[in-house]
Amino acid sequence: MKLKDLESLLQDCKGFERPRIELEQYVTPPHLAARFLFSIEQSYNDIESKNVADLGCGPGRLSVGASLLGADIVYGFDIDQYALDIFKENSLDSEVNNAETVLMDVTSLQNPTHSSFPGFFDTVVTNPPFGTKNNKGIDVQFLLAGLNLSNHAVYSFHKTSTRDFFMRKAREWKVDMEVIAEMKFDLSHTYSRHKQASVDIAVDLLRTVHKSK
Amino acid sequence: MLVLFRRFPTLHLLFLQTTSACPYTSRTMKLLTHNMLTSKAIKGVQEGYPLRVKAETVEIRESEFNKDFLVRLLPKIHYDALYAAAKDAGHLDELPGTLPEDAASSEEFLKKLHHALLEVEVITGELICPESGRSFPVQNGIPNMLLKPEEIG
Repeated sequence: MKLKDLESLLQDCKGFERPRIELEQYVTPPHLAARFLFSIEQSYNDIESKNVADLGCGPGRLSVGASLLGADIVYGFDIDQYALDIFKENSLDSEVNNAETVLMDVTSLQNPTHSSFPGFFDTVVTNPPFGTKNNKGIDVQFLLAGLNLSNHAVYSFHKTSTRDFFMRKAREWKVDMEVIAEMKFDLSHTYSRHKQASVDIAVDLLRTVHKSK
Repeated sequence: MLVLFRRFPTLHLLFLQTTSACPYTSRTMKLLTHNMLTSKAIKGVQEGYPLRVKAETVEIRESEFNKDFLVRLLPKIHYDALYAAAKDAGHLDELPGTLPEDAASSEEFLKKLHHALLEVEVITGELICPESGRSFPVQNGIPNMLLKPEEIG
């Protein structure tokens, strides 16, 4: 599949009907989602024929995209029932029949002895909440959940302002982490409380992998 | 993109997608998902596995057999749990009671495994913790594994 075809298919995915601000819900823009998945596949071969999880998947644009790029199976995890209902609708509309969903709190997936799916996935992708709505540190918990579920690599978006913090965490957790892209998220009009027409924030795409034993 | 449109006015035609009629309309959950879920996070629960399956509506959705994928899945699957789930869902079909020794090389077996894991799909029902009896509803093919804070151990 070509990048432009993927982007155009992802454009058809429905977003949130009523985004919930306490969950920091906003959709991953289609051009960004397409480029993100495409580069993971092209540079690292981490989508095709892989088990892929999408943490905080929302309506599932990254999940649908991963399936369209040839993932063997895709799982979307989210705490919001309405988002997962739209996810299922998007899967049906895109004729994707290997994208499953589980309604659960992603932060409960950090513990290897308690959680479902430990090590089941090759690749975890997540566009997590950034922890700016009285939920500081939730992006760290999403990344830890990703490392627990993945036997290989986790790709995650984080605010560039937290880069040094995550690099220190990587040393502490004994994982390899690198910034593979820097980008601007345009959160225009997601919430009515955004007064400016558009709000750009600087975001890093991190690739975190378990050190080979 | 706007600039592109102006220079190549026909480019927008690329974005007119025709979607053929989708063969399925219901939202479903595969037994593979059940195979990976536990209720171990509940206070006092030791294993929480496997969850019992109470299926109200089940649909068989045929999908493409991918041998390599199934061979890769095999070591991650808890076969006894799959067998019990397929039985509870009323679709044991031809799944053998025990995992054959030549599982990874028997295409005949892998096709049965494919059917049970990926084609027997629950639309509505419940997953039930074997120890606490806590029920996790499945609706529109979405298992609801959310726990209240006071339930978590």
